[in-house]
Amino acid sequence: MKQFDYSRATSTSDATRAASVHGSAIIAGGTNLIDLMKLEVMSPDVLVDINRLDLHQITPTQDGGLRIGALVTNSDLAAHETVRRDYEVLSRALLAGASGQLRNKATTGGNLLQRTRCAYFYDTAMPCNKREPGSGCHARDGFNRILAILGTSEHCIATHPSDMAVAMMALDAVVEVENTTGDTRKIALDDLYCLPGSTPDVETVLQRGDLITAVLLPQPKAGLHVYRKVRDRSSYAFALVSVAAVAQMDAGKIAQISLAFGGLAPKPWRNQQVEAALTGQAPSEALFDQAADILLAEAQGFGANDFKIPLSRRTLKAVLRTVTETSQ
Amino acid sequence: MTRSTSLTINGETHVVDVDHRTTLLDLLRHHLDLTGTKKGCDHGQCGACTILVNDRRINACLTLACMHDGDDITTIEGLGTPDDLSAMQKAFIKHDGFQCGYCTAGQICSATAMLKEAKAGWPSNVSSSLDGKGALSNEEISERMSGNLCRCSAYTGIVNAIREAAGETGQ
Ligand SMILES: Cc1cc2nc3c(=O)[nH]c(=O)nc-3n(C[C@H](O)[C@H](O)[C@H](O)COP(=O)(O)OP(=O)(O)OC[C@H]3O[C@@H](n4cnc5c(N)ncnc54)[C@H](O)[C@@H]3O)c2cc1C
Ligand code: SF4
Ligand code: FES
Ligand code: FES
Repeated sequence: MKQFDYSRATSTSDATRAASVHGSAIIAGGTNLIDLMKLEVMSPDVLVDINRLDLHQITPTQDGGLRIGALVTNSDLAAHETVRRDYEVLSRALLAGASGQLRNKATTGGNLLQRTRCAYFYDTAMPCNKREPGSGCHARDGFNRILAILGTSEHCIATHPSDMAVAMMALDAVVEVENTTGDTRKIALDDLYCLPGSTPDVETVLQRGDLITAVLLPQPKAGLHVYRKVRDRSSYAFALVSVAAVAQMDAGKIAQISLAFGGLAPKPWRNQQVEAALTGQAPSEALFDQAADILLAEAQGFGANDFKIPLSRRTLKAVLRTVTETSQ
Repeated sequence: MTRSTSLTINGETHVVDVDHRTTLLDLLRHHLDLTGTKKGCDHGQCGACTILVNDRRINACLTLACMHDGDDITTIEGLGTPDDLSAMQKAFIKHDGFQCGYCTAGQICSATAMLKEAKAGWPSNVSSSLDGKGALSNEEISERMSGNLCRCSAYTGIVNAIREAAGETGQ
């Protein structure tokens, strides 16, 4: 690990000021950043420790939603009574991620901003456009089994690895961000992430010095909540494919549905056209196939990850069967 | 670049001047000679380094010592002593919850904290309901302990030991 200076933020303005200095990095749970620093994939000059900031609370909002402080741990969020009762898909997604020990450290803000698990990104002996812009991408023709089939570019095919963010995407979450001038802005989670295009090193719309202070959830969505994660072993592994679904049935038809996907793309993936095709329809295998056709219309495999195309179709259909059969 | 950090470890206060890069795991093992806690992968992937910080289990390899100023830390050395073992330590011996023993300190620290999580009503990925009231079945124990790998695959003994310590009959 390279040498670095360490500072402990005492206020959010203190944190944004310190984090705005070139070469500095915010540290929360540290479970992703320290891992990457050990491998010298990330080598900040200064760590800005935000753990003493007052961002550990989960509170109801005025419009009937929930405000989740950026430092709320994945464990506390999954176990929170309101989340378990009203945002079940979020509890489920969190509990499907990492391990008990990691969830005790991992924070809400850090989970959103965790980096890809692409093996080339982790290996500083290999080129990687995300780690070193312009150096190339060997994953396209190499070991890409876990990598993306949607939203990729010729420069990068990495996936975003979070489970939590997939559930939050289905719940229409909004990220609250404070900048160096003390202004707070709200960014829909879908707009937080950038697709790789020609700049895969730019992963979000956040600017240097920006601090995530909270995630806001709107009012709970009625209906059945399901998170289904397919992975190489039944626990303690990242998703190959995951689906977050919230659906409500009415008189044998799908009255409302929201869907988000993990393991498929550089960001938690949502496609409103899929939801539109299902809404107002009576569930059937043909309808579910049609939904999968829309989701996968532009899917592209790179060899070792070709299997994700049929796997995501089957996983989506299985989830649709579950949420439409039991929530009549 | 170093920082003076004060930690309570197994009830004793230590003030150390540590390089910022020192993980909590390396502080315990290399600076304080508390070698009960083990280093397996050093990347959060095996659980050998599991300790309790402010009563919660974490991976000591993925956190920096300087971030823990004022924290209360318990390691395997603090759970019990050879003359006065904790219930979980006794149960691991009774049920052969290990072979080589390398993962054992992490398993015991993890299991000790896991039982508290289950008592507090935290659900798991295999819980059919999120109400946290389900029984601590073998399946629940395996899921909740999935952050601790055992290369010797002593899993059957580990699960039985945890069942016993939880007050359920192991079988
Ligand atoms: C072995 C292993 C298995 C895992 N399995 C899974 C899994 O199955 N599913 C899953 O979803 N995740 C998994 N994870 C990843 C884990 O969820 C993340 O490491 C964790 O959520 C990151 O949170 P953190 O608080 O530790 O972030 P940190 O490591 O502290 O930070 C991560 C990034 O976010 C930035 N950051 C943090 N907080 C803020 C903030 N408030 N404002 C601005 N920037 C901020 C940091 O600068 C850094 O770049 C796994 C990790 C490991 C090591
Ligand atoms: S897929 Fe992206 S992260 Fe992986 S090697 Fe290519 S550029 Fe790097
Ligand atoms: S040594 Fe910490 S998890 Fe393996
Ligand atoms: S007893 Fe050998 S690794 Fe678990």
